[in-house]
Amino acid sequence: MNPRAVAVRAGVRRGRIEFGQTMTNAGELMGWLWLPVVALVVMYAFGDGSVPGVDFPLGAQAVPGILAMHAVFTGLMGLALALTMDREDGTLLRAKATPNGVFAYVVGKVLGKAAVTTALLVLVLVPAVLVFDGLEPGRVSTWLTLSWVLVLGLLAILPIGTILGALFGNTQSLGFVTLLIMGMVVVSGVFYPITALPGWLQWIGQAFPMYWLGLGLRSALLPDALAAAEIGGSWRHLETVVALGAWAVVGFALAPVVLRRMARRESGSSVAARREQVAQRPS
Amino acid sequence: MKTNDDQREPSVVETRGLRMRYGSTDVLKGVDLTVGPGEVVALLGPNGAGKTTTIEILEGFRKRSAGDVRVLGVDPDDGDEAWRARLGVVLQSWRDHGRWRVRELLSYLSLFYGPYRERVFDPDELIDVVGLTGHRDKRIGTLSGGQRRRLDVAVGLVGRPDLLFLDEPTVGFDPEARREFHELVRRLSGTTILLTTHDLTEAEKLADRIVILVSGRVVADGTAAELAARIAGKAEVRYRLDGEEHVLSVADSTGYVRELFAEHGKAVDDLEVRRPSLEDVYLALVRESEQSELVTA
Repeated sequence: MNPRAVAVRAGVRRGRIEFGQTMTNAGELMGWLWLPVVALVVMYAFGDGSVPGVDFPLGAQAVPGILAMHAVFTGLMGLALALTMDREDGTLLRAKATPNGVFAYVVGKVLGKAAVTTALLVLVLVPAVLVFDGLEPGRVSTWLTLSWVLVLGLLAILPIGTILGALFGNTQSLGFVTLLIMGMVVVSGVFYPITALPGWLQWIGQAFPMYWLGLGLRSALLPDALAAAEIGGSWRHLETVVALGAWAVVGFALAPVVLRRMARRESGSSVAARREQVAQRPS
Repeated sequence: MKTNDDQREPSVVETRGLRMRYGSTDVLKGVDLTVGPGEVVALLGPNGAGKTTTIEILEGFRKRSAGDVRVLGVDPDDGDEAWRARLGVVLQSWRDHGRWRVRELLSYLSLFYGPYRERVFDPDELIDVVGLTGHRDKRIGTLSGGQRRRLDVAVGLVGRPDLLFLDEPTVGFDPEARREFHELVRRLSGTTILLTTHDLTEAEKLADRIVILVSGRVVADGTAAELAARIAGKAEVRYRLDGEEHVLSVADSTGYVRELFAEHGKAVDDLEVRRPSLEDVYLALVRESEQSELVTA
Protein backbone atom coordinates (compact mmCIF):
# COMPACT_ATOMS: atom_id res chain seq x y z
CA MET A 1 0.00 0.00 0.00
CA ASN A 2 1.30 3.48 -0.68
CA PRO A 3 2.69 5.39 2.29
CA ARG A 4 0.14 8.21 2.19
CA ALA A 5 -2.79 5.79 2.28
CA VAL A 6 -1.13 4.00 5.19
CA ALA A 7 -0.70 7.30 7.00
CA VAL A 8 -4.36 8.18 6.50
CA ARG A 9 -5.32 4.79 7.92
CA ALA A 10 -3.00 5.29 10.86
CA GLY A 11 -4.47 8.77 11.37
CA VAL A 12 -7.98 7.31 11.50
CA ARG A 13 -6.76 4.84 14.10
CA ARG A 14 -5.22 7.64 16.16
CA GLY A 15 -8.49 9.58 15.95
CA ARG A 16 -10.46 6.56 17.14
CA ILE A 17 -8.09 5.82 20.02
CA GLU A 18 -8.01 9.42 21.24
CA PHE A 19 -11.77 9.75 20.87
CA GLY A 20 -12.12 6.72 23.14
CA GLN A 21 -9.68 8.22 25.65
CA THR A 22 -11.69 11.44 25.92
CA MET A 23 -15.07 9.77 26.09
CA THR A 24 -13.99 7.46 28.92
CA ASN A 25 -12.37 10.20 30.97
CA ALA A 26 -14.99 11.68 33.29
CA GLY A 27 -12.76 14.58 34.34
CA GLU A 28 -12.10 15.68 30.81
CA LEU A 29 -15.77 15.36 29.86
CA MET A 30 -16.79 17.52 32.81
CA GLY A 31 -14.19 20.06 31.75
CA TRP A 32 -15.87 20.48 28.38
CA LEU A 33 -19.47 20.10 29.52
CA TRP A 34 -19.75 22.45 32.50
CA LEU A 35 -19.88 25.63 30.46
CA PRO A 36 -22.84 24.74 28.18
CA VAL A 37 -24.61 23.02 31.08
CA VAL A 38 -24.32 26.08 33.32
CA ALA A 39 -25.40 28.31 30.44
CA LEU A 40 -28.45 26.14 29.75
CA VAL A 41 -29.41 25.99 33.43
CA VAL A 42 -29.22 29.79 33.64
CA MET A 43 -31.30 30.22 30.48
CA TYR A 44 -33.83 27.69 31.78
CA ALA A 45 -34.15 29.46 35.12
CA PHE A 46 -34.17 33.06 33.93
CA GLY A 47 -35.10 32.90 30.22
CA ASP A 48 -38.80 33.58 30.72
CA GLY A 49 -38.83 36.81 28.75
CA SER A 50 -39.89 36.90 25.11
CA VAL A 51 -37.75 37.26 22.01
CA PRO A 52 -38.35 40.86 20.79
CA GLY A 53 -41.12 40.91 18.25
CA VAL A 54 -41.98 37.21 18.51
CA ASP A 55 -43.95 35.34 21.12
CA PHE A 56 -41.25 32.84 22.01
CA PRO A 57 -39.29 32.27 25.26
CA LEU A 58 -35.78 33.74 25.27
CA GLY A 59 -34.45 30.65 27.04
CA ALA A 60 -35.31 28.23 24.25
CA GLN A 61 -34.16 30.76 21.65
CA ALA A 62 -30.69 30.74 23.25
CA VAL A 63 -30.25 26.94 23.11
CA PRO A 64 -28.81 26.76 19.56
CA GLY A 65 -26.43 29.65 20.29
CA ILE A 66 -25.17 27.88 23.40
CA LEU A 67 -24.64 24.75 21.32
CA ALA A 68 -22.62 26.80 18.83
CA MET A 69 -20.48 28.23 21.63
CA HIS A 70 -20.02 24.72 23.01
CA ALA A 71 -18.93 23.40 19.60
CA VAL A 72 -16.42 26.22 19.13
CA PHE A 73 -14.98 25.65 22.60
CA THR A 74 -14.57 21.89 22.28
CA GLY A 75 -13.53 21.93 18.64
CA LEU A 76 -11.36 25.00 18.32
CA MET A 77 -10.04 25.32 21.84
CA GLY A 78 -9.77 21.57 22.29
CA LEU A 79 -7.67 21.17 19.19
CA ALA A 80 -5.44 24.15 19.96
CA LEU A 81 -4.91 22.88 23.49
CA ALA A 82 -4.14 19.35 22.32
CA LEU A 83 -1.58 20.61 19.82
CA THR A 84 0.34 22.69 22.34
CA MET A 85 0.21 19.96 24.95
CA ASP A 86 1.47 17.41 22.46
CA ARG A 87 4.42 19.62 21.73
CA GLU A 88 5.23 19.95 25.41
CA ASP A 89 5.29 16.21 26.03
CA GLY A 90 7.00 15.26 22.76
CA THR A 91 4.06 13.56 21.04
CA LEU A 92 4.57 15.76 18.00
CA LEU A 93 8.30 15.08 17.96
CA ARG A 94 7.54 11.37 18.04
CA ALA A 95 5.34 11.89 14.99
CA LYS A 96 8.18 13.75 13.32
CA ALA A 97 10.55 10.84 13.95
CA THR A 98 8.11 8.49 12.19
CA PRO A 99 7.83 8.35 8.38
CA ASN A 100 4.73 10.38 7.37
CA GLY A 101 4.01 10.62 11.08
CA VAL A 102 3.15 14.33 11.23
CA PHE A 103 0.61 13.97 8.44
CA ALA A 104 -1.07 11.05 10.21
CA TYR A 105 -0.88 12.92 13.50
CA VAL A 106 -2.80 15.89 12.10
CA VAL A 107 -5.36 13.65 10.39
CA GLY A 108 -5.88 11.78 13.66
CA LYS A 109 -6.11 14.90 15.80
CA VAL A 110 -8.63 16.61 13.55
CA LEU A 111 -10.81 13.52 13.11
CA GLY A 112 -10.65 12.73 16.82
CA LYS A 113 -11.64 16.27 17.80
CA ALA A 114 -14.40 16.36 15.19
CA ALA A 115 -15.84 13.18 16.68
CA VAL A 116 -15.46 14.47 20.25
CA THR A 117 -17.12 17.77 19.35
CA THR A 118 -20.04 16.00 17.68
CA ALA A 119 -20.49 13.58 20.56
CA LEU A 120 -20.35 16.33 23.19
CA LEU A 121 -22.80 18.39 21.15
CA VAL A 122 -25.24 15.49 21.11
CA LEU A 123 -24.75 14.99 24.85
CA VAL A 124 -25.95 18.57 25.44
CA LEU A 125 -28.47 18.73 22.61
CA VAL A 126 -30.57 15.72 23.62
CA PRO A 127 -31.40 16.82 27.19
CA ALA A 128 -31.87 20.42 25.99
CA VAL A 129 -34.48 19.34 23.43
CA LEU A 130 -36.28 17.40 26.15
CA VAL A 131 -36.24 20.16 28.72
CA PHE A 132 -36.88 23.33 26.69
CA ASP A 133 -40.32 23.85 25.20
CA GLY A 134 -40.61 25.27 21.72
CA LEU A 135 -37.69 23.53 19.98
CA GLU A 136 -38.56 21.48 16.92
CA PRO A 137 -37.00 18.01 17.17
CA GLY A 138 -39.88 16.40 15.25
CA ARG A 139 -39.09 17.76 11.77
CA VAL A 140 -36.89 15.86 9.28
CA SER A 141 -35.52 19.22 8.12
CA THR A 142 -34.28 19.90 11.68
CA TRP A 143 -31.84 17.01 11.52
CA LEU A 144 -30.85 17.57 7.91
CA THR A 145 -30.04 21.21 8.55
CA LEU A 146 -28.33 20.33 11.82
CA SER A 147 -26.09 17.87 9.97
CA TRP A 148 -24.89 20.12 7.18
CA VAL A 149 -24.47 23.10 9.49
CA LEU A 150 -22.43 21.02 11.92
CA VAL A 151 -20.22 19.53 9.18
CA LEU A 152 -19.60 22.93 7.65
CA GLY A 153 -19.08 24.44 11.10
CA LEU A 154 -16.46 21.84 11.98
CA LEU A 155 -14.70 22.42 8.66
CA ALA A 156 -14.55 26.12 9.51
CA ILE A 157 -13.58 25.77 13.18
CA LEU A 158 -11.05 22.95 13.26
CA PRO A 159 -8.44 24.53 10.95
CA ILE A 160 -8.54 27.67 13.14
CA GLY A 161 -7.87 25.52 16.18
CA THR A 162 -5.00 23.85 14.36
CA ILE A 163 -3.47 27.17 13.36
CA LEU A 164 -3.77 28.72 16.83
CA GLY A 165 -2.40 25.56 18.45
CA ALA A 166 0.55 25.62 16.09
CA LEU A 167 1.23 29.33 16.60
CA PHE A 168 1.15 29.39 20.39
CA GLY A 169 4.27 27.95 21.92
CA ASN A 170 2.88 26.83 25.25
CA THR A 171 -0.38 26.10 27.00
CA GLN A 172 -0.10 29.29 29.07
CA SER A 173 -0.40 31.60 26.10
CA LEU A 174 -3.56 29.77 25.10
CA GLY A 175 -5.32 31.92 27.69
CA PHE A 176 -5.40 34.41 24.85
CA VAL A 177 -7.42 31.99 22.75
CA THR A 178 -9.94 31.59 25.58
CA LEU A 179 -10.27 35.36 25.64
CA LEU A 180 -10.76 35.40 21.87
CA ILE A 181 -13.57 32.86 22.11
CA MET A 182 -15.16 34.82 24.97
CA GLY A 183 -15.09 37.88 22.74
CA MET A 184 -16.71 35.87 19.96
CA VAL A 185 -19.45 34.77 22.39
CA VAL A 186 -20.22 38.41 23.21
CA VAL A 187 -20.55 39.60 19.61
CA SER A 188 -22.15 36.47 18.12
CA GLY A 189 -25.61 36.75 19.68
CA VAL A 190 -25.26 33.57 21.67
CA PHE A 191 -27.51 34.44 24.61
CA TYR A 192 -29.57 37.22 23.09
CA PRO A 193 -30.47 38.03 19.47
CA ILE A 194 -27.58 39.77 17.70
CA THR A 195 -29.98 42.42 16.38
CA ALA A 196 -29.94 43.98 19.85
CA LEU A 197 -26.27 44.91 19.37
CA PRO A 198 -25.13 48.19 17.74
CA GLY A 199 -24.66 47.87 13.98
CA TRP A 200 -20.85 47.89 13.97
CA LEU A 201 -20.72 45.09 16.56
CA GLN A 202 -23.13 43.07 14.43
CA TRP A 203 -20.64 43.33 11.59
CA ILE A 204 -17.80 42.12 13.79
CA GLY A 205 -19.96 39.24 14.99
CA GLN A 206 -20.76 38.24 11.43
CA ALA A 207 -17.07 38.08 10.60
CA PHE A 208 -16.63 35.06 12.87
CA PRO A 209 -17.85 31.49 12.39
CA MET A 210 -19.54 31.23 15.80
CA TYR A 211 -22.34 33.55 14.68
CA TRP A 212 -22.97 31.57 11.49
CA LEU A 213 -22.84 28.26 13.28
CA GLY A 214 -25.34 29.62 15.82
CA LEU A 215 -27.59 31.00 13.08
CA GLY A 216 -27.53 27.68 11.25
CA LEU A 217 -28.37 25.76 14.42
CA ARG A 218 -31.22 28.18 15.20
CA SER A 219 -32.61 27.62 11.71
CA ALA A 220 -32.50 23.90 12.39
CA LEU A 221 -33.98 23.84 15.89
CA LEU A 222 -36.33 26.84 16.13
CA PRO A 223 -39.73 27.39 14.49
CA ASP A 224 -39.47 29.30 11.21
CA ALA A 225 -41.31 32.31 12.66
CA LEU A 226 -38.20 33.04 14.74
CA ALA A 227 -36.31 34.07 11.59
CA ALA A 228 -38.01 37.43 12.11
CA ALA A 229 -35.64 38.11 15.02
CA GLU A 230 -32.53 37.63 12.82
CA ILE A 231 -30.64 40.13 10.69
CA GLY A 232 -32.62 40.65 7.48
CA GLY A 233 -35.50 38.65 8.96
CA SER A 234 -34.18 35.46 7.36
CA TRP A 235 -32.17 32.33 8.23
CA ARG A 236 -29.79 33.30 5.40
CA HIS A 237 -28.71 29.75 4.52
CA LEU A 238 -26.80 30.83 1.44
CA GLU A 239 -24.81 33.38 3.40
CA THR A 240 -24.15 30.76 6.11
CA VAL A 241 -22.70 28.38 3.54
CA VAL A 242 -20.56 31.14 2.03
CA ALA A 243 -19.29 32.46 5.38
CA LEU A 244 -18.46 29.09 6.93
CA GLY A 245 -17.15 27.85 3.59
CA ALA A 246 -14.83 30.85 3.31
CA TRP A 247 -13.42 30.20 6.78
CA ALA A 248 -12.92 26.55 5.84
CA VAL A 249 -11.13 27.37 2.58
CA VAL A 250 -8.83 29.92 4.18
CA GLY A 251 -8.21 27.63 7.15
CA PHE A 252 -7.39 24.60 5.04
CA ALA A 253 -5.04 26.69 2.92
CA LEU A 254 -3.19 28.21 5.88
CA ALA A 255 -3.12 25.28 8.30
CA PRO A 256 -0.61 23.12 6.36
CA VAL A 257 1.80 26.07 6.07
CA VAL A 258 1.65 26.82 9.79
CA LEU A 259 1.82 23.15 10.71
CA ARG A 260 4.89 22.57 8.54
CA ARG A 261 6.60 25.52 10.21
CA MET A 262 5.70 24.13 13.64
CA ALA A 263 6.95 20.63 12.79
CA ARG A 264 10.17 21.93 11.28
CA ARG A 265 11.07 23.67 14.53
CA GLU A 266 10.47 20.61 16.64
CA SER A 267 13.53 18.88 18.11
CA GLY A 268 14.52 17.12 21.28
CA SER A 269 16.12 20.24 22.69
CA SER A 270 13.09 22.39 21.93
CA VAL A 271 10.88 19.92 23.79
CA ALA A 272 13.34 19.92 26.70
CA ALA A 273 13.49 23.72 26.74
CA ARG A 274 9.70 23.96 26.80
CA ARG A 275 9.54 21.46 29.63
CA GLU A 276 12.07 23.52 31.53
CA GLN A 277 9.80 26.55 31.16
CA VAL A 278 6.84 24.57 32.41
CA ALA A 279 8.86 23.35 35.39
CA GLN A 280 9.88 26.87 36.32
CA ARG A 281 6.35 28.15 36.16
CA PRO A 282 5.26 29.44 39.56
CA SER A 283 2.41 27.24 40.72
CA MET B 1 20.80 6.80 -3.38
CA LYS B 2 24.39 7.63 -4.28
CA THR B 3 26.92 4.84 -4.35
CA ASN B 4 30.40 5.34 -3.05
CA ASP B 5 33.15 5.67 -5.61
CA ASP B 6 35.42 3.24 -3.85
CA GLN B 7 34.29 -0.28 -3.18
CA ARG B 8 34.64 -0.16 0.59
CA GLU B 9 31.53 -0.74 2.60
CA PRO B 10 29.97 2.72 2.91
CA SER B 11 29.78 4.33 6.32
CA VAL B 12 26.43 4.55 8.01
CA VAL B 13 27.29 7.94 9.47
CA GLU B 14 29.93 10.26 8.09
CA THR B 15 30.54 13.87 9.10
CA ARG B 16 33.37 16.14 7.97
CA GLY B 17 33.96 19.54 9.53
CA LEU B 18 30.48 19.62 11.09
CA ARG B 19 29.84 23.03 12.62
CA MET B 20 26.94 24.45 14.55
CA ARG B 21 26.54 28.01 15.71
CA TYR B 22 23.74 29.42 17.85
CA GLY B 23 23.87 33.20 17.65
CA SER B 24 27.49 33.96 18.40
CA THR B 25 28.25 30.71 20.21
CA ASP B 26 29.96 27.86 18.41
CA VAL B 27 28.56 24.63 19.77
CA LEU B 28 30.26 22.34 17.26
CA LYS B 29 33.63 23.39 15.88
CA GLY B 30 34.35 20.95 13.09
CA VAL B 31 33.35 17.46 14.14
CA ASP B 32 34.58 14.48 12.11
CA LEU B 33 32.69 11.35 12.93
CA THR B 34 32.38 7.98 11.22
CA VAL B 35 30.18 5.06 12.15
CA GLY B 36 30.56 1.84 10.16
CA PRO B 37 27.87 -0.78 9.52
CA GLY B 38 27.08 -2.85 12.58
CA GLU B 39 29.23 -0.68 14.81
CA VAL B 40 28.14 0.58 18.22
CA VAL B 41 29.72 3.98 18.76
CA ALA B 42 29.45 6.02 21.94
CA LEU B 43 29.67 9.79 21.75
CA LEU B 44 31.10 10.55 25.17
CA GLY B 45 31.54 13.96 26.71
CA PRO B 46 30.63 16.24 29.59
CA ASN B 47 27.34 18.15 29.60
CA GLY B 48 27.30 20.90 27.02
CA ALA B 49 29.92 19.26 24.83
CA GLY B 50 27.54 19.24 21.85
CA LYS B 51 26.53 15.57 21.88
CA THR B 52 22.80 16.16 21.60
CA THR B 53 23.27 18.86 18.96
CA THR B 54 25.36 16.43 16.90
CA ILE B 55 22.80 13.67 17.16
CA GLU B 56 19.91 16.03 16.34
CA ILE B 57 21.69 17.15 13.19
CA LEU B 58 22.22 13.52 12.18
CA GLU B 59 18.55 12.75 12.83
CA GLY B 60 17.53 15.60 10.53
CA PHE B 61 15.85 17.53 13.35
CA ARG B 62 18.23 20.46 13.21
CA LYS B 63 19.99 22.26 10.37
CA ARG B 64 23.76 22.49 10.67
CA SER B 65 25.72 25.70 10.09
CA ALA B 66 28.47 24.11 7.99
CA GLY B 67 30.18 20.86 7.08
CA ASP B 68 29.39 17.67 5.20
CA VAL B 69 27.04 15.14 6.72
CA ARG B 70 25.93 11.81 5.32
CA VAL B 71 23.60 9.49 7.20
CA LEU B 72 22.85 6.25 5.34
CA GLY B 73 24.29 7.99 2.28
CA VAL B 74 21.88 10.92 2.47
CA ASP B 75 22.27 14.50 3.68
CA PRO B 76 19.84 14.67 6.64
CA ASP B 77 18.62 18.09 5.45
CA ASP B 78 17.33 16.37 2.30
CA GLY B 79 16.18 13.19 4.03
CA ASP B 80 12.76 12.05 2.81
CA GLU B 81 10.27 9.75 4.49
CA ALA B 82 11.89 6.63 3.01
CA TRP B 83 15.17 7.72 4.61
CA ARG B 84 13.43 8.46 7.88
CA ALA B 85 11.96 4.95 7.85
CA ARG B 86 15.50 3.52 8.08
CA LEU B 87 16.26 5.39 11.32
CA GLY B 88 15.33 4.58 14.89
CA VAL B 89 15.32 7.55 17.25
CA VAL B 90 15.41 7.41 21.03
CA LEU B 91 15.72 10.92 22.41
CA GLN B 92 16.23 12.12 25.96
CA SER B 93 13.26 11.84 28.31
CA TRP B 94 10.18 11.25 26.19
CA ARG B 95 6.90 11.77 27.99
CA ASP B 96 4.56 11.47 25.04
CA HIS B 97 1.42 9.36 24.62
CA GLY B 98 0.91 8.99 28.37
CA ARG B 99 -2.73 8.00 27.91
CA TRP B 100 -2.02 5.33 25.31
CA ARG B 101 -1.39 1.71 26.17
CA VAL B 102 1.96 0.11 25.48
CA ARG B 103 0.79 -2.31 22.82
CA GLU B 104 -1.57 0.23 21.30
CA LEU B 105 1.26 2.69 20.62
CA LEU B 106 3.69 0.12 19.23
CA SER B 107 1.06 -1.35 16.97
CA TYR B 108 0.07 2.16 15.79
CA LEU B 109 3.67 3.14 15.05
CA SER B 110 4.47 -0.12 13.30
CA LEU B 111 1.84 0.73 10.64
CA PHE B 112 4.00 3.52 9.25
CA TYR B 113 6.98 1.31 8.41
CA GLY B 114 5.03 -1.27 6.40
CA PRO B 115 5.40 0.50 3.04
CA TYR B 116 9.15 1.01 3.48
CA ARG B 117 10.60 -1.97 5.29
CA GLU B 118 10.70 -5.62 4.30
CA ARG B 119 10.10 -6.69 7.87
CA VAL B 120 8.56 -4.72 10.69
CA PHE B 121 8.70 -5.82 14.30
CA ASP B 122 5.58 -7.55 15.51
CA PRO B 123 4.44 -5.44 18.50
CA ASP B 124 4.10 -8.43 20.83
CA GLU B 125 7.51 -9.79 19.90
CA LEU B 126 9.01 -6.36 20.43
CA ILE B 127 7.39 -6.05 23.85
CA ASP B 128 9.05 -9.32 24.80
CA VAL B 129 12.42 -8.20 23.41
CA VAL B 130 12.49 -5.10 25.61
CA GLY B 131 11.14 -6.97 28.61
CA LEU B 132 7.74 -5.32 28.98
CA THR B 133 5.78 -8.54 28.61
CA GLY B 134 3.67 -8.00 31.72
CA HIS B 135 2.90 -4.40 30.81
CA ARG B 136 1.50 -4.56 27.29
CA ASP B 137 -1.93 -3.23 28.27
CA LYS B 138 -0.69 -0.71 30.80
CA ARG B 139 -1.13 2.99 30.25
CA ILE B 140 2.24 4.43 29.25
CA GLY B 141 1.92 7.21 31.81
CA THR B 142 1.95 4.64 34.61
CA LEU B 143 5.25 2.99 33.62
CA SER B 144 8.33 3.48 35.80
CA GLY B 145 11.28 5.44 34.43
CA GLY B 146 13.15 2.32 33.42
CA GLN B 147 10.11 0.71 31.80
CA ARG B 148 9.36 3.91 29.96
CA ARG B 149 12.89 4.00 28.58
CA ARG B 150 12.62 0.42 27.40
CA LEU B 151 9.40 1.34 25.64
CA ASP B 152 11.26 4.23 23.98
CA VAL B 153 13.82 1.76 22.69
CA ALA B 154 11.02 -0.48 21.46
CA VAL B 155 9.57 2.47 19.56
CA GLY B 156 13.01 3.14 18.07
CA LEU B 157 13.21 -0.47 16.92
CA VAL B 158 9.72 -0.86 15.48
CA GLY B 159 10.84 -0.43 11.86
CA ARG B 160 13.94 -2.64 12.34
CA PRO B 161 16.15 0.39 11.64
CA ASP B 162 19.49 0.37 9.85
CA LEU B 163 20.69 2.92 12.37
CA LEU B 164 19.53 3.52 15.92
CA PHE B 165 20.19 6.74 17.84
CA LEU B 166 20.18 6.59 21.63
CA ASP B 167 20.53 9.98 23.30
CA GLU B 168 21.58 9.72 26.96
CA PRO B 169 19.63 6.50 27.35
CA THR B 170 20.15 5.90 31.06
CA VAL B 171 20.04 9.36 32.64
CA GLY B 172 18.27 9.18 36.00
CA PHE B 173 18.38 5.39 36.22
CA ASP B 174 19.11 3.47 39.39
CA PRO B 175 21.93 0.92 39.02
CA GLU B 176 19.52 -1.99 38.55
CA ALA B 177 17.59 -0.29 35.75
CA ARG B 178 20.89 0.75 34.18
CA ARG B 179 22.19 -2.82 34.17
CA GLU B 180 18.96 -4.10 32.62
CA PHE B 181 19.14 -1.42 29.98
CA HIS B 182 22.72 -2.29 29.11
CA GLU B 183 21.70 -5.90 28.69
CA LEU B 184 18.94 -4.84 26.35
CA VAL B 185 21.31 -2.83 24.17
CA ARG B 186 23.74 -5.74 24.02
CA ARG B 187 20.91 -7.99 22.85
CA LEU B 188 20.56 -5.71 19.81
CA SER B 189 23.96 -6.72 18.46
CA GLY B 190 24.11 -6.35 14.70
CA THR B 191 22.20 -3.06 14.74
CA THR B 192 24.31 0.00 14.05
CA ILE B 193 23.96 2.24 17.08
CA LEU B 194 25.15 5.75 17.83
CA LEU B 195 24.62 6.58 21.47
CA THR B 196 25.52 9.60 23.56
CA THR B 197 26.43 9.44 27.21
CA HIS B 198 28.41 11.32 29.79
CA ASP B 199 29.06 8.11 31.65
CA LEU B 200 32.39 6.56 30.76
CA THR B 201 31.55 3.18 32.25
CA GLU B 202 28.47 3.03 30.09
CA ALA B 203 30.44 3.89 26.95
CA GLU B 204 33.01 1.25 27.83
CA LYS B 205 30.35 -1.39 28.41
CA LEU B 206 28.23 -0.80 25.34
CA ALA B 207 30.39 0.62 22.58
CA ASP B 208 32.81 -0.91 20.12
CA ARG B 209 34.34 2.52 19.75
CA ILE B 210 34.31 5.66 21.87
CA VAL B 211 34.42 9.17 20.44
CA ILE B 212 35.14 11.79 23.06
CA LEU B 213 33.59 15.17 22.38
CA VAL B 214 34.63 18.18 24.45
CA SER B 215 33.54 21.77 23.79
CA GLY B 216 32.38 20.94 20.28
CA ARG B 217 35.52 19.11 19.19
CA VAL B 218 36.45 15.45 18.93
CA VAL B 219 39.45 15.04 21.22
CA ALA B 220 39.82 11.26 21.03
CA ASP B 221 38.45 8.41 18.95
CA GLY B 222 39.15 4.73 19.42
CA THR B 223 38.27 1.54 21.24
CA ALA B 224 38.39 1.61 25.02
CA ALA B 225 41.68 -0.30 24.86
CA GLU B 226 43.17 2.14 22.36
CA LEU B 227 42.17 5.12 24.44
CA ALA B 228 43.65 3.57 27.55
CA ALA B 229 46.85 2.78 25.63
CA ARG B 230 47.23 6.39 24.62
CA ILE B 231 48.37 7.18 28.09
CA ALA B 232 48.61 3.70 29.53
CA GLY B 233 52.28 3.62 28.57
CA LYS B 234 52.66 6.61 30.85
CA ALA B 235 52.31 6.11 34.52
CA GLU B 236 52.23 8.60 37.32
CA VAL B 237 55.28 8.44 39.57
CA ARG B 238 55.05 10.21 42.87
CA TYR B 239 57.87 10.41 45.40
CA ARG B 240 59.56 12.58 47.98
CA LEU B 241 63.20 13.57 47.54
CA ASP B 242 64.94 15.39 50.40
CA GLY B 243 61.53 16.29 51.79
CA GLU B 244 60.31 17.81 48.51
CA GLU B 245 57.39 16.18 46.69
CA HIS B 246 57.65 15.25 43.00
CA VAL B 247 54.89 14.10 40.64
CA LEU B 248 55.82 12.99 37.16
CA SER B 249 54.17 11.26 34.24
CA VAL B 250 56.68 8.96 32.58
CA ALA B 251 56.56 6.40 29.77
CA ASP B 252 58.97 3.83 31.25
CA SER B 253 58.11 3.90 34.92
CA THR B 254 60.22 0.88 35.87
CA GLY B 255 63.33 2.30 34.21
CA TYR B 256 62.70 5.67 35.74
CA VAL B 257 62.42 4.29 39.22
CA ARG B 258 65.57 2.18 38.77
CA GLU B 259 67.58 5.26 37.81
CA LEU B 260 65.98 7.26 40.57
CA PHE B 261 67.27 4.85 43.18
CA ALA B 262 70.65 4.50 41.49
CA GLU B 263 71.12 8.24 41.66
CA HIS B 264 69.57 9.15 44.98
CA GLY B 265 69.39 5.88 46.90
CA LYS B 266 67.95 6.35 50.35
CA ALA B 267 67.02 9.98 49.78
CA VAL B 268 63.94 8.75 47.89
CA ASP B 269 60.88 8.35 50.08
CA ASP B 270 57.10 7.69 49.75
CA LEU B 271 57.35 6.19 46.27
CA GLU B 272 54.12 5.54 44.44
CA VAL B 273 53.63 4.35 40.83
CA ARG B 274 50.15 4.43 39.42
CA ARG B 275 48.84 3.37 36.01
CA PRO B 276 45.97 5.57 34.87
CA SER B 277 42.56 4.02 34.45
CA LEU B 278 40.41 4.82 31.41
CA GLU B 279 38.59 7.25 33.63
CA ASP B 280 41.81 9.13 34.38
CA VAL B 281 42.46 9.29 30.64
CA TYR B 282 39.00 10.64 30.00
CA LEU B 283 39.13 13.21 32.79
CA ALA B 284 42.59 14.32 31.69
CA LEU B 285 41.37 14.77 28.13
CA VAL B 286 38.36 16.77 29.25
CA ARG B 287 40.47 18.98 31.52
CA GLU B 288 43.09 19.55 28.86
CA SER B 289 40.58 20.50 26.20
CA GLU B 290 38.59 22.74 28.48
CA GLN B 291 41.74 24.53 29.58
CA SER B 292 42.96 25.10 26.05
CA GLU B 293 39.47 26.36 25.34
CA LEU B 294 39.79 28.95 28.11
CA VAL B 295 43.19 30.05 26.81
CA THR B 296 41.98 30.58 23.26
CA ALA B 297 38.73 32.21 24.36
